[in-house]
Amino acid sequence: MSNHNVKIHKYDTVIVGAGGAGMRAAIEATKRSRTAVLTKLYPTRSHTGAAQGGMAAALANVEEDNWEWHTFDTIKGGDYLVDQDAAEILAKEAIDSVLDLEKMGLPFNRTPQGKIDQRRFGGHSRNHGEAPVRRSCYAADRTGHMILQTLYQNCVKEGVEFFNEFYVLDLLLNEDEGVKKTAGVVAYELATGDVHVFQAKAVVFASGGNGKFFKVTSNAHTLTGDGQAAAFRRGLPLEDMEFFQFHPTGIWKMGILLTEGARGEGGILRNKDGERFMEKYAPVMKDLASRDVVSRAIYTEIREGRGCGPEGDHVYLDLTHLPPEQLDAKLPDITEFARTYLGIEPYTDPVPIQPTAHYAMGGIPTNVQGEVLQDNTTPVPGLYAAGEVACVSVHGANRLGTNSLLDINVFGRRAGIAAAEYAATADYVELPEDPARFVLDEIENLRDATGNERVVEIRKALQECMDKNVMVFRTEQTLKEAVEEIGALRKRYRDISVQDKGKRFNTDLLEAIELGNLLDLAEVTAVSALARKESRGGHYREDYPNRDDVNFMRHTMAYREVGDDGTESIRLDYKPVVQTRYQPMERKY
Amino acid sequence: MSTATLEKNDSGSPSGAADSGAAHLITVTFRIRRFNPEVSDEARWQDFTLEIDPKERVLDALHQIKWELDGTLTFRRSCAHGICGSDAMRINGRNRLACKTLIKDIGPEKPITVEPIKGLTVLKDLVVDMEPFFQAYRDVMPFLVTTGNEPTRERLQSPEDRERFDDTTKCILCAACTSSCPVFWNDGQYFGPAAIVNAHRFIFDSRDEAGEQRLEILNDKDGVWRCRTTFNCTDACPRGIEVTKAIQEVKRALITRRF
Repeated sequence: MSNHNVKIHKYDTVIVGAGGAGMRAAIEATKRSRTAVLTKLYPTRSHTGAAQGGMAAALANVEEDNWEWHTFDTIKGGDYLVDQDAAEILAKEAIDSVLDLEKMGLPFNRTPQGKIDQRRFGGHSRNHGEAPVRRSCYAADRTGHMILQTLYQNCVKEGVEFFNEFYVLDLLLNEDEGVKKTAGVVAYELATGDVHVFQAKAVVFASGGNGKFFKVTSNAHTLTGDGQAAAFRRGLPLEDMEFFQFHPTGIWKMGILLTEGARGEGGILRNKDGERFMEKYAPVMKDLASRDVVSRAIYTEIREGRGCGPEGDHVYLDLTHLPPEQLDAKLPDITEFARTYLGIEPYTDPVPIQPTAHYAMGGIPTNVQGEVLQDNTTPVPGLYAAGEVACVSVHGANRLGTNSLLDINVFGRRAGIAAAEYAATADYVELPEDPARFVLDEIENLRDATGNERVVEIRKALQECMDKNVMVFRTEQTLKEAVEEIGALRKRYRDISVQDKGKRFNTDLLEAIELGNLLDLAEVTAVSALARKESRGGHYREDYPNRDDVNFMRHTMAYREVGDDGTESIRLDYKPVVQTRYQPMERKY
Repeated sequence: MSTATLEKNDSGSPSGAADSGAAHLITVTFRIRRFNPEVSDEARWQDFTLEIDPKERVLDALHQIKWELDGTLTFRRSCAHGICGSDAMRINGRNRLACKTLIKDIGPEKPITVEPIKGLTVLKDLVVDMEPFFQAYRDVMPFLVTTGNEPTRERLQSPEDRERFDDTTKCILCAACTSSCPVFWNDGQYFGPAAIVNAHRFIFDSRDEAGEQRLEILNDKDGVWRCRTTFNCTDACPRGIEVTKAIQEVKRALITRRF
């Protein structure tokens, strides 16, 4: 068949993705090994740039703080599903991580003394929950933008080699006596339609999240779980996929993120009666309780008839009591979003908000060196992951705000160093025979397909199904419905066709491939959620409203199984949680 | 010119905003510049007529066209709220981000024209070759340069010093400014406003020590002196950066050697 031109490249280290984690890894790996970064988007388009509020680190620049308190808050925020050794590394290395970024040029906001300024954020407290603490290092409400720009600037400085608009569609593993080893990846070049095989000693996945299987989401169109799906297809497990974070304050119906920093600056959530309802749900932390708690509170208000608007389907984020100068200085971007997309002036009017699907706590399991695990304990030699695509697990059942910009820097750096050091001593693993076969077939089949199903219809059905059944509140029934419907959509997906049959910038084809990834991951999410008969962090089961440490203090590990007759199924296994210092307690804010 | 029409928005709108009961759909014609060298060497205009909520973004309309009428329509986009810089295009003759432009604000009673940004080679439909743009950016040393031993903690910087270059830190490298510049249209060798904005961001950063080097780069024949102060760049910037002012400040720094 193939009239495709397959090109072969050879690098020590290949990094997949150029958001915060990928570029932080690239800066380290490029210093140590011959490194290529493959990215679906131009690096500065990555969704790290949309992060707003800040990056947590116990610098203690403005009040007393220490990394031990940060560790505790992270573990408690994650409802004790956090691996405590990883959380400790996150909190300890946070300090150098922020200082490194400052030295790379990041323009943090400053205190009157010229130090990095810090502000409050949800779930971050002094002395184990006594009161909110100022731990978030920030650059107005565009901290993610500044991190992305600063890392890209330093990639330019270090001469990092980028392959822009190269979409990685397959992970090449070579299996030897049941042990998988990394051989490389296969990428599709958007500009030409060419397929490229990258042979590599080490591969780092840093390809971001998968929130686009929800309808109301803060995620970019391009966040389609490409890395998770590629690993899963190749028999690697996905950890804790049932834990997805719903950020309390998305713009009503659109899902565009309005930072928690708005509440950190003093913003208040109000229901239709003007009541500050968070006082009822979290007497100490109030509007700055952890995100899962606030999102549930919002939906409880809505369900009990205290939502705002004619349909009672949202609540208000009230910033009207804050001085306009403070909004201009600290929250310029989000106030502009309200003006642009809602026609609302936040100086004088409250902003309608609703929870928005925001962040995947789960992903490709790794250890604290960033090495990907092929089961509960065995690393895949040469394979690494960091950032939202990975699950290390520092976020457990619910991530704290400002811990993701931290995660990408701490574990992006670790993965970049580990990968390059591994590549320095390892040999290339032989490529599988005809390494591009899977990708060539997938592209060919999609392009030539003549089925009647349309990508837009299936994607829309998937997103509506996920919003309806797998969102903030879940039950056995909604999850069963989701599993069934996703299965049906996967069948329909086999009959899709694309209109664009060309090679050049075929984004029609790209969206079809992305939808396939979303369907796979949605199924893993729903199946994992159905099996977890408890409520913990971001996973709330109305039929099992309590946390069940006896049966479920464990990570879910989902594997794709293919039967002899070719039928696919998902097998669930479990992995113990690493606990060091902190015994699980009831979580109160 | 060919025309495609979507009668009814019954398969839903790309964004949630139109699902509210209060949405009033209007009929809008989008006149889009199409080019696909796999099919023809000639670019052409194509009209698409949609029923759409005027509060939707132009990006939503492009998605509706791509998803429901013509899957071959090609454009870049990602975040859809003006942060990633993917979807700068020329809408009704002015550079804007499609995701930050609401249909109601740009005269939907007449056909809305959508073209690729100018001055960069068109690869397909609204997709242009961004490489020359990023090359100019890379050429101005867009990174902090310091000498001497690094401090243990952060470098200190007063809020006033930090404020000095705040405006130019907002740049998202969308190329709306550079591709609105008549000088850049005529001579692609000109660094263009975005590269100068990013040089400004470091020249006026009190921590940086390579200001002189960057100024020399911009003193080049293709540097800041090519700017004719037409303010197109300032008008085009979706982040509200005072681009022309930043260029003027760089020019002044070149004369006074003070920054």
